[in-house]
Amino acid sequence: MATSPKLDSKIPDGPLDQKWTKYRSTVALVNPANKRNLEVIVVGSGLAGASAAASLAEMGYKVKVFCFQDSPRRAHSIAAQGGINAAKNYQNDGDSIYRLFYDTIKGGDYRSREANVHRLSEVSGSIIDQCVAQGVPFAREYGGLLSNRSFGGTQVQRTFYAAGQTGQQLLLGAYSALQRQVGMGAVKLYARHEMLDVVNIDGKCQGIIARHSVTGQLERHFGHAVLLCTGGYGNVFFLSTNAMGSNVTAAWKAHKKGAFFSNPCYTQIHPTCIPVSGEHQSKLTLMSESLRNDGRIWVPKNKADAEAIRAGKLDPNNLKEDDRDYYLERRYPAFGNLVPRDVASRAAKERCDAGFGVNGTGQAVYLDFAFNMKYKYGKIEATKKGIENPTEAQLDEFGHAVIKEKYGNLFDMYAQITGVDPYKNPMQIYPAVHYTMGGLWVDYNLMTTVPGLYALGEANFSDHGANRLGASALMQGLADGYFVIPYTIGSYLSKEISTKAISLDHEAFVKAEQDVQERINKLLSIKGTKTVDYFHKRLGKVIWDKCGMARNAEGLKWAIEEVRRIREEFWKDVRVPGEANEFNPELEKAGRVADFIELGELMCKDALERNESCGGHFREEYQAADGEAERDDENFAYVAAWELKEVGNWELHKEELVYENIKIAKRSYK
Amino acid sequence: MAGTSGKTINVTIKVWRQKNKNQKGQFETHPMKGVSVDMSFLEMFDVLNDRLITEGKDPVAFDHDCREGICGMCSMYINGRPHGPKQGVTTCQLHMRSFKDGDTIVVEPWRSAAFPVVKDLAVDRSAFDRIIASGGFVSVNTGNARDANSILIPKDDADQAFNAAACIGCGACVAACKNGSAMLFVSAKVSQLALLPQGQIERDERVLNMVNQMDEEGFGNCTNTAACEAECPKGISLENIARLNREYISASNFANRK
Ligand SMILES: Cc1cc2nc3c(=O)[nH]c(=O)nc-3n(C[C@H](O)[C@H](O)[C@H](O)COP(=O)(O)OP(=O)(O)OC[C@H]3O[C@@H](n4cnc5c(N)ncnc54)[C@H](O)[C@@H]3O)c2cc1C
Ligand code: SF4
Ligand code: FES
Repeated sequence: MATSPKLDSKIPDGPLDQKWTKYRSTVALVNPANKRNLEVIVVGSGLAGASAAASLAEMGYKVKVFCFQDSPRRAHSIAAQGGINAAKNYQNDGDSIYRLFYDTIKGGDYRSREANVHRLSEVSGSIIDQCVAQGVPFAREYGGLLSNRSFGGTQVQRTFYAAGQTGQQLLLGAYSALQRQVGMGAVKLYARHEMLDVVNIDGKCQGIIARHSVTGQLERHFGHAVLLCTGGYGNVFFLSTNAMGSNVTAAWKAHKKGAFFSNPCYTQIHPTCIPVSGEHQSKLTLMSESLRNDGRIWVPKNKADAEAIRAGKLDPNNLKEDDRDYYLERRYPAFGNLVPRDVASRAAKERCDAGFGVNGTGQAVYLDFAFNMKYKYGKIEATKKGIENPTEAQLDEFGHAVIKEKYGNLFDMYAQITGVDPYKNPMQIYPAVHYTMGGLWVDYNLMTTVPGLYALGEANFSDHGANRLGASALMQGLADGYFVIPYTIGSYLSKEISTKAISLDHEAFVKAEQDVQERINKLLSIKGTKTVDYFHKRLGKVIWDKCGMARNAEGLKWAIEEVRRIREEFWKDVRVPGEANEFNPELEKAGRVADFIELGELMCKDALERNESCGGHFREEYQAADGEAERDDENFAYVAAWELKEVGNWELHKEELVYENIKIAKRSYK
Repeated sequence: MAGTSGKTINVTIKVWRQKNKNQKGQFETHPMKGVSVDMSFLEMFDVLNDRLITEGKDPVAFDHDCREGICGMCSMYINGRPHGPKQGVTTCQLHMRSFKDGDTIVVEPWRSAAFPVVKDLAVDRSAFDRIIASGGFVSVNTGNARDANSILIPKDDADQAFNAAACIGCGACVAACKNGSAMLFVSAKVSQLALLPQGQIERDERVLNMVNQMDEEGFGNCTNTAACEAECPKGISLENIARLNREYISASNFANRK
């Protein structure tokens, strides 16, 4: 297979571990006087956007930042719980840049680029340094040093954390750096603004159209470069762990203006989320992967017990050890409960489909802390206190305190949502959509196929292959923003120093604004009979059923047709209340759902094209006798990059993945 | 509409409607029947809005995003209390099981001079961003940091700083305060950075600038009523205000001496 001539990944020559160093010391620079004349638009204020905007402004560029929330501090990154990886080897347990690189490639099921992932591992340590310098209050040991924990898919402790609020603390760090630049006048902030199109002039991206959510006014903004840091598209499923506003619109508009979209079928379904409770459900809540450090996952060994539990006749606390099936420990003894997410999710689905699920709906398994609470932490604490033969009650009490310290806020959240006390009962969990590995195709510089248009963070496809390891999204977002784009943008902007700011009356701006206005008018004029949520839920169910944890050709073909029907009906029968020139959240939602529908079709198409199982993409036709996924490296070791011809019609381009440093192998966690 | 518990209740919602900041607002009453107690408060609003849209009426605008109690966006004043009757939770984490069958629930926006209404229940809290921009940071450019473990921080200090840093910037403290003071919010950020070695260099400047900006934004004075602490969903403690006052006095004295 040869890489399409339309895809130049621009990976620097030379040995893997010297590529980035050499690139950094040879990339073209922009002198300080010229930087002041160069304007950069950053769409998004999550970890990727805030870190990029702050860093570029510090360097002297003129920066504008856009976000749809009322404050940049509320970007979805704020909700990340468990932690951020870095190859610091502070625990002296054998970690290294190479090991993080290797774990990430293997975790991604050999579907990511070596050079990008290695760079990510290289800069990971500097991220932690930067965050600590900003005052991010990471967890610490009594000696004052930073503390670490384990995450799935690894055997070292390299995850830095701040209780269950790591994303919050990292984002507030990046936000404070951003606000510092706002205060200094180097960044202009546009909160409650939604980007609704990119503007290409002379084959380069030179600006955006944005709508001010409060007044409904459309605005034109010029930039020498535009950075999309707009997050992932998990909300295509309607129910996901993403924030309600997370959407694909910015990336999708870019796609429609020439940016290729990569690997849309790679979705991460997170194994430990609170199960669906009813029809009214608006979103799902994650229970951090860090819980798998101490929580053991099980279902009853016997169907009769599962049925009794479902009927409320049996208390799981009373089920004997021998009657429990710790299926991850059984199937994957080397990694046990800490297998990667895709593996854990599929295993849960398998047990539930086989009739061993535990809540009323049969769609739940247990995450149980009782054992480690008592016999691990309880015992350690008892020993510390010098109690030789602690009672069960003492073990419980001591262990309870430790668990509270480690996971208190997560346990509170669980109790709040379910009304059940997780200190006394095992948690019920089930997989839910969490993260999207797919996204806009970018080269080594993080530039899309449109010159001057970049994608950072979850919005791009680059580092996680077909499955992302826990605690690696925060790392990637901050790597892109703090340490990659400040260098790589120079290779483009150094050639743009003589490009004058383009007049906002340029025909391309006028036309783009008109198109956006027309679409808004169209949405408002349909005045049909169904709400936006109706279509969103319907779409979500199709994608979840046919392009979720398990897919097959027949289902995908049906889904493509069904999504097209949904699109047609949407544009005939949706009802969007209110007016264009006012604060109108339903109108915003309608625009986003319209884009999700178009994306949904592409997801199914991509999944149908990929005749193998890898990472988050599990095709039922391609599995071994023991149910493990079967990858096909001969035919599918490529990045799929879709070029949109018109809605519903795409051309596939392939970027071959070449492994020069890692031996591509069967991925086993047994 | 029953959830896993199967229980439902009937309630009456009296909700504040206001087209924009320039127009006068008024209450509107909506009976809600068969509400599952497993529903979150905002999901109950989703159901209400769905109905309003289908009836051709304008849905109620409100701010929300994460629905997990962490982004700080949701902001409803429920039965006279910011974020409603339950201690320590945000509006989005409030569930209908906290209400009784037959209850009338009054829902208003945050009311404060510094937070003008955008529409219905959504308000403009950008003043908080400007306060942070005036000094709520450590001045360290990207790439200038030394190895993270070269800064040792006693666990207790790190934990205290973390507790202060847990503020989600929701503004419930301001909404709860009869003076509309933002002291709890400002003190949380000042405390976080005052407790850490990284924050020492700019310590005096920071507190002076942030307090100055807070006054300029039109927030009221603190008269120690402690309403803020009682309503803060993240348990930000009044000790932070005491620390802010100490920091401010010490910084002012120092500034006067200079
Ligand atoms: C519940 C949860 C927990 C997680 N926990 C972890 C974890 O422990 N560790 C880890 O590594 N990863 C975790 N992740 C994943 C991680 O949080 C995200 O992948 C990451 O934060 C994405 O950051 P981002 O900067 O790319 O985008 P986001 O933080 O999603 O930011 C997107 C930004 O774009 C803006 N935006 C979007 N569209 C538009 C538009 N059209 N116009 C204007 N602005 C727009 C938004 O306003 C926002 O500012 C978690 C994810 C979830 C859902
Ligand atoms: S101090 Fe508490 S109430 Fe005030 S903004 Fe912060 S979290 Fe909200
Ligand atoms: S919606 Fe984020 S805190 Fe309530």
